[in-house]
Amino acid sequence: MTYLAKPKLHHPSLAKNRVGYTRRDYEGKISTLCAGCGHDSISAAIIQACWELDIEPHRVAKLSGIGCSSKTPDYFLGNSHGFNTVHGRMPSVLTGANLANRELIYLGVSGDGDSASIGLGQFAHVLRRGVNMTYIVENNGVYGLTKGQFSATADKGSKSKRGQANNDTPIDLASLALVMGATFVARSFSGDKQQLVPLIHAAIAHAGAAVIDVVSPCIAFNNHSGSTKSYDYVREHNEAVNRLDFFPQRDEITAEYGAGEIIEVRQHDDSVLRLRKLHAEYDPTDRVRAMAYVHEHAARGEVVTGLLYVDPEACDLHRQLNTIDEPLNTLGAAELCPGSAVLEQINASLR
Amino acid sequence: MQKIEAVNDFVIKFANINGSGSASANELVARAILRMGVPVSPRNIFPSNIQGLPTWFEVRVTERGYLGRRGGVDMMVAMNPQTWDQDVREIETGGYLFYDNSRPLPRSRSRDDIHVIGMPLTELCNNTYSDPRQRQLFKNILYVGALAHLLDIDPSEIETLFGQQFKGKEKLLDANLQALKVGREYARENLKPIGLKVERRDKVGDHIFVDGNTAAALGCVYGGATVCAWYPITPSSSVAEAFIRYTQKLRVDPKTGQQRCAVVQAEDELASIGMVVGAGWNGARAFTATSGPGISLMSEFIGLAFFAEIPTVLINVQRGGPSTGMPTRTQQSDILACAYASHGDTRHVLLFPEDPYECFEMSAQALDLAERLQTPVFVMSDLDIGMNQRLCRPFAWDDSVEYDRGKVMTREALDAGSDFGRYLDVDGDGIPYRTYPGTHPTKGGYFTRGTTKNAYAGYSEAGADYVDNMQRLLRKFETAKSLVPLPVLTAARYPARFAVIFYGSTSPAMHEALDALAEHGIYLNALRVRAFPFQNEIVDFVAAHSKVFVFEQNLDGQLTTLLINEAGVDPHSLVTVVHYDGTPITARFITQAIADRVARLNVHSRKADRVA
Repeated sequence: MTYLAKPKLHHPSLAKNRVGYTRRDYEGKISTLCAGCGHDSISAAIIQACWELDIEPHRVAKLSGIGCSSKTPDYFLGNSHGFNTVHGRMPSVLTGANLANRELIYLGVSGDGDSASIGLGQFAHVLRRGVNMTYIVENNGVYGLTKGQFSATADKGSKSKRGQANNDTPIDLASLALVMGATFVARSFSGDKQQLVPLIHAAIAHAGAAVIDVVSPCIAFNNHSGSTKSYDYVREHNEAVNRLDFFPQRDEITAEYGAGEIIEVRQHDDSVLRLRKLHAEYDPTDRVRAMAYVHEHAARGEVVTGLLYVDPEACDLHRQLNTIDEPLNTLGAAELCPGSAVLEQINASLR
Repeated sequence: MQKIEAVNDFVIKFANINGSGSASANELVARAILRMGVPVSPRNIFPSNIQGLPTWFEVRVTERGYLGRRGGVDMMVAMNPQTWDQDVREIETGGYLFYDNSRPLPRSRSRDDIHVIGMPLTELCNNTYSDPRQRQLFKNILYVGALAHLLDIDPSEIETLFGQQFKGKEKLLDANLQALKVGREYARENLKPIGLKVERRDKVGDHIFVDGNTAAALGCVYGGATVCAWYPITPSSSVAEAFIRYTQKLRVDPKTGQQRCAVVQAEDELASIGMVVGAGWNGARAFTATSGPGISLMSEFIGLAFFAEIPTVLINVQRGGPSTGMPTRTQQSDILACAYASHGDTRHVLLFPEDPYECFEMSAQALDLAERLQTPVFVMSDLDIGMNQRLCRPFAWDDSVEYDRGKVMTREALDAGSDFGRYLDVDGDGIPYRTYPGTHPTKGGYFTRGTTKNAYAGYSEAGADYVDNMQRLLRKFETAKSLVPLPVLTAARYPARFAVIFYGSTSPAMHEALDALAEHGIYLNALRVRAFPFQNEIVDFVAAHSKVFVFEQNLDGQLTTLLINEAGVDPHSLVTVVHYDGTPITARFITQAIADRVARLNVHSRKADRVA
């Protein structure tokens, strides 16, 4: 970490996006994480993605649980409201927040301890419900803040910094997300911003539950040989199935592709996902096949990354509940209170 | 043999097997008496089970409007062989036992000091119906018919009730009317008259007959709740179910048909309270309904809502604890668990409704208080109020009153240059200003956390910041005293040195007991506590009496503990009287307990204590 304060003045020549903000306007406080932490790269990717998407920073609500990853929402989008909730329970708080105001963009940030260990139940249920959100798991296989215990995503046989082997079967959050009905599932690597930023773009544009499992090495406790979540290991075993080019609905698509090289997916909001195939046979709209594919490669020790699954016709919780279009938190007594005349009728029916 | 003779003042208890359709038949008897203008107070005493276990339904007929449980049974309708001996034992001397004599009853299993009324219900049913389910269901209606004759219940009232119940189902209506008639005719031709009678009166007035959970749900509708997150748990589930039922009618946008609220059945209580906290943080009025085990699970989040200062409403329909305890019995045993829920130094606002009317009123009020105080507020109902239909004042609503959304800083205020510190005590009442997420592009954003922070919501581990914040929270709790409902005093007819304090569902039994004691020359002032934190009125009340009996439906005297700890009252002036077997406290229990203690106190203290 650094103790130097960020300069408050922005350079006048910094480029502005369509809503008039520079990239610096999407930054937050100085990170207090360790130098080289994968999580800081993810924060940078979120900053870049939001700036590029022309999202007004205050229209994003950032929610997290407890842990190193959950501290990061303080380090990006400093003008947004954030909520550092309790350990493993961010999904429920995010669900409630989303119910209160469907117009904001909800960004859930969590870690592997937070989502796969203590919070596995809420992780599963928030996906079942189809809450419209982008849920980023900063997955390093280890408890950082309590100094290096294994988490539930640590691979069987992987070694701790002290050389102790993990005996428990790992939980693969991307696979679990597929099973639980997430309508957008991706996996990425904090060291591959080119891959990660378009995935965040697409996840934010996705009108349903979007999960990005980002392998994010812990420089302090899980970056040694014998670890399967180290920079070196992930670089060697990363098998990207596709490369995503994201086009917001307003953008004209100008990129040229060779025949048979791409899959095009148009989402509910008319944004277009163009996936350059790296594995010729991979179809990211086939959920069942995606699950098998991830498992086949995991058995070979490979970490499959890219956009694993997307349902372009996703239905979110508000649609299922048939709630009104206006945010519920804007309604007043005129819309909510049936009034004394109706109460008289109710009284009469109870006599 | 002695024979209990009473008009409009007796208790009938029905002993049944659950899942046999008895509850609706028994309720029919209660409602028909009510329609005759005579107050009734029914109580369902049921098992944690769906079919096959014993269940009881007790109907107190009470012209004087005493709605508490009286204690004792004047007539037992014994339909359950499993509980026969126990049921027969409960009947008062000179009382009545009504039973199905299709099979002969051994004399040894009855009593000589009660009047036994046999009616061959099974035989009559088997002769009339061939379908097994009909034989079961109509057996219940047959005894309703017989009771109507024995007690002089106007059959046209039952017929009217049938008409409403089976509107559009003419076949069912006819079958029920037929069964009722068979029962009545058999009774008229074969049974001897009894001493219990119902006579038409005009004592119900405009009162309504409703259960507390329905009332609490309606209070949340009127109070503007837009998010309800819940997890099923007895005895609170019907709060959320009633909220769903009401909002499907009352919260529909007329143009689009869309809902003006969201209800989510969560995967557990951790998630339900988490959703409420998230919605409250984001400016929606949100509540959950639960019971003791749910409160235990929610405790971590309750602490977060307290410390991060997020409006949260919890309707706790209390049951018997600890652990799974007595899920279908009533207690007031979560007082301390709720007052201090969560680790660290926490204190929460509690409201104590006495009946469905106050369940409605206080649930709506809790939504205001939670936003005004930016903190969790508990409505402390219980099974006795929540799941039993109770006669109470009609619900009332003042259309001119706006919701109190508390201190919310707007975009305009931020633009005007207001200094925004999320935890800054601007007004000196301990209550800070908050902004809703998304309010302003560059101002008013902050990071909410359960860790310590300074007045501007910045992370801080500095001791001074922590202490300042905790002191402000204390000031806020002090402010709460001026906002929560005041206690209600019932003054004795003559100056009294003894007094009682009580709360919640104890209320009707207490008022009845006070009348009974007054008839015996024992006069007590009575104070019904309606909220925590305690106001000075409560402290002064205790100080003005030499002894104050605190009546509680828990073992430990939890409100007494809270009075001593939080109001600083002299422990020696309090005498805790507890009733905690899971049944609702009775007027007879209270009367006896006070009479005994007053007698003892007078013997020992008259000379020394001249206050009398």
